[in-house]
Amino acid sequence: MVLETTHMTLNQVELMAIPLLPLVGALAAGLFGWLLKDTLSHLITSGAVILSALLSIDVFIKVLAGAEFYGNFWTWISSGDLVVNIGMMIDPLTAIMMVTVTVVSACVHIYTIGYMHGDPGYPRFFSYISAFTFSMLILVMGNSFFTLFFGWEAVGLFSYLLIGFWFKRESATTAAMKAFIVNRVGDFGFAIGILAVWYYFGTVDYREVFAAVPALVDSAATMHFLGWEIDTITFVCLALFVGAMGKSGQVPLHVWLPDSMEGPTPISALIHAATMVTAGVFMVARLSPMFEYSETALAVVIIIGSITAFMCATIGLVQTDIKRVIAYSTCSQLGYMFVACGVSAYSAGIFHLMTHAYFKALLFLGAGSVIHAVMSNQDLRKMGQLRKYMPITYITMLLAGLALSGIPPFGGFWSKDLIIEAAAVRDMGWVSDVAYWALMSGVFMTAFYTFRMFLLTFHNSDRVPAETKSHLHESPKVITVPLMILAVGAVGAGMWGYYTLDITNAEIIHGYFRDSIFVMDEHNPLMALELLEEDHTHSHFWLEKGALVLALLGIGMAFLMYFKESQLPAKLADTFPRLYAFLLNKWYWDEFYDVTIVRPVRALGTFFWQKCDLAVIDKGIIHGGIIGTVKNGSALLKNIQTGRVYHYAYAMVIGVFGLLTFLMLNA
Amino acid sequence: MVPLSSFLVVGAALFSIGIVGLFLNRKNVITILMCIELMLLAVNINFAAFSHFLGDIGGQIFVFFVLTVAASEVAVGLAILVAYYRQRRSIAIEDINTLQG
Amino acid sequence: MLETTFFYLFGGLAVFAALGVILSANTMHSVMWLILCFFNASGLFFLLDAEFLGIILVLIYVGAVMVLFMFVVMMLEVNQAVKREGWLQYLPVGGMIALILFIELVAASTSGVFTTGDMATTAHLGAEVNNTVEIGKVLYTKYLLGFEIAAMILLVALVGAIVLTLRERKDAKYQNISKQVNVRKEDRLTKVSM
Repeated sequence: MVLETTHMTLNQVELMAIPLLPLVGALAAGLFGWLLKDTLSHLITSGAVILSALLSIDVFIKVLAGAEFYGNFWTWISSGDLVVNIGMMIDPLTAIMMVTVTVVSACVHIYTIGYMHGDPGYPRFFSYISAFTFSMLILVMGNSFFTLFFGWEAVGLFSYLLIGFWFKRESATTAAMKAFIVNRVGDFGFAIGILAVWYYFGTVDYREVFAAVPALVDSAATMHFLGWEIDTITFVCLALFVGAMGKSGQVPLHVWLPDSMEGPTPISALIHAATMVTAGVFMVARLSPMFEYSETALAVVIIIGSITAFMCATIGLVQTDIKRVIAYSTCSQLGYMFVACGVSAYSAGIFHLMTHAYFKALLFLGAGSVIHAVMSNQDLRKMGQLRKYMPITYITMLLAGLALSGIPPFGGFWSKDLIIEAAAVRDMGWVSDVAYWALMSGVFMTAFYTFRMFLLTFHNSDRVPAETKSHLHESPKVITVPLMILAVGAVGAGMWGYYTLDITNAEIIHGYFRDSIFVMDEHNPLMALELLEEDHTHSHFWLEKGALVLALLGIGMAFLMYFKESQLPAKLADTFPRLYAFLLNKWYWDEFYDVTIVRPVRALGTFFWQKCDLAVIDKGIIHGGIIGTVKNGSALLKNIQTGRVYHYAYAMVIGVFGLLTFLMLNA
Repeated sequence: MVPLSSFLVVGAALFSIGIVGLFLNRKNVITILMCIELMLLAVNINFAAFSHFLGDIGGQIFVFFVLTVAASEVAVGLAILVAYYRQRRSIAIEDINTLQG
Repeated sequence: MLETTFFYLFGGLAVFAALGVILSANTMHSVMWLILCFFNASGLFFLLDAEFLGIILVLIYVGAVMVLFMFVVMMLEVNQAVKREGWLQYLPVGGMIALILFIELVAASTSGVFTTGDMATTAHLGAEVNNTVEIGKVLYTKYLLGFEIAAMILLVALVGAIVLTLRERKDAKYQNISKQVNVRKEDRLTKVSM
């Protein structure tokens, strides 16, 4: 095992315990859930994850003080030139992700105790979310592309299992398959990227690859791909980004994320808000030493991120299912994070990832609390005036909504505004202009749809159907306590990150991230921002406060339309019926894929089945060929068995005679 | 002094006659068994002749064993024949054809 | 000189008797011809200094095997079989095969392989050499395993012949041992309350 000590080194046992504790919990609940029954299952798994969270916080504190870790625990493959080790690399980027993952996971575990109470698959659910936590931790703590890929695939697997958790519902199983297949498309690009990395660098270890990148760029190596000559580093980064697109739900691989709402709400919070979908952003930030060298790749990241941010925000404006609104919001915010990474403000992107994890998870869990109260009816049109019945949920969701919209001093303000300012300052021609306008309009729409959802649920008019009215009550403590914990995070994470951690220091080395993120000085937007701030000759009001203005406008408009019951939304929808339908149907992406991909593939499959498999192989080769030959052959041969004994005797004699003649002639 | 080849010729003649008898016979199974006995006899003569002319008593030992086996074979064969006759009341060879394919 | 005469006598009669076996219409006659053939073969054995084998041939082959044939022929009343029609149908094929086989064997025998060296001029053994003793010397020592196995074969044939043909008489009572052992209390005992 190779150990490098920079300042302090971290305890190996502690580091190994962090992912292994949830794994042990998962195995116990998964294999012995029938024996342990509900209470013990949730105690073991939740206890393990809480312990893991405490250890992560301890590691985080040590990393703040300057500790790092890099070591290999085990050699998995040693085959000629390919050597793959299983090891960990703990630096500030990893530490912040670990804390986010484990704390949100612990909150979700506790929340699940209340939410999934009485469900027949109770131990199985806990097993899955604990195993998911294990996979995500391996993803962020690993030190090579292989551990990254392993974690990547494993979280995809558990996402599939959890989305299809209520497997007796057909919509759930199809949504799970859709998630897995679309993920797979992304993973295909990802695998090509990893193979290209191995091919050009000879190793898959992070440190060795990063050390070798400048040499590769200097040699201006290009590669042939399908007839084109592409700069090698660009190709590798683009291929890896395709994986991120699939995992993080960026256009055009975003179609699985809204359908993933078929899964229970706790996993929507855990997987599709805080952790799995952020794996793509984590990957781009982790690989910043590679992405920085390819302007093309960065531009692609920006474009895709902006398109996603804009498009998903527009769809979220008109959705009627409470969880779908939040799901599209997640897609949109992920677009923001990718834009941040694209303009080389990786620290802003990760900062937004952290704050977003808290308030988005809070939004989902709060929505879950609401759904729990209205007996699983998720339609916004059937809710209203719920604030009288659920005060804690009301307040926490209000805080989350304010954080998401970017209102100071709540969390989202610090991170989102930084991203927008960085996009404005970074000059990459038309690319950054598109990004800036997409993000700004996104701010307005985000504020609008967030408060639309909030007001329709808790204010407006009472549209709750009579039979669920009697069931309306505040959720039990196991549900509200995690909400309150996350609310603390949503409110305070922004200020804490900005002031205490100095996470957005323009000089990355001196800030929180030290050397875990690499930004080339000539296109460091945070540096440019600092210069602008010091320049007091011009007024930068719009640059600094523009987003806040738009957010307030959005909230105001939402209040106007939805605070009290009014005809304004319906009239607006009728004025632009086609636009409304276009947005409501998610820009017709699903229908587009159905026509261009699903139907041709199905037709191809049917063709192969009918014409090739059945006709040629089954009937032709096997039935006609093999069986026919055997049949006809044996029909011929059976005539030898005449049944007459003397024929057999003659045959024997003739045989002896033939043998003898043969021997004589040979001699 | 009778040379060895004469004995062998006698043996060959008996053997061939046995084979012809096998083909000629249409009537009953017993004739088949008798032709088998003829062929075995021819083989015995060959063995004894070689034993004498090579000075090795092993040939005669083998005649012993062939004799033994022939006797037991005849016994069992005739037992089968008797059992078959009880069923079918005929031992014409053409009637033994139920093992057809 | 005398030896040659006897050889031609025995050999010729053997062949002639063999022909008689296959060409007789009457099965009983065929058996008789076969007996004659065996006697002549026995004579040939005597000429080869294998007197023990010659006597054994007569005793066992003629005395037991042929008698068995005779029994079966008489029991099955084979002479009532239909006159053989078309018996010459297979003669061309069979005859040709047999003829070619005969020619081959003769060619092999007289090709000179077996008529050179010591083989051609072996003298007869002296009167003090007893064929029985010589066979006995080898049979119970060197060929003991074959001897035992031959005994087993005979035993098996004996049992097999009985098993194949045993019929139980319908008016005689027999024990069925397996039924007796498998009996249960319920079959034999009935409780009656008085």
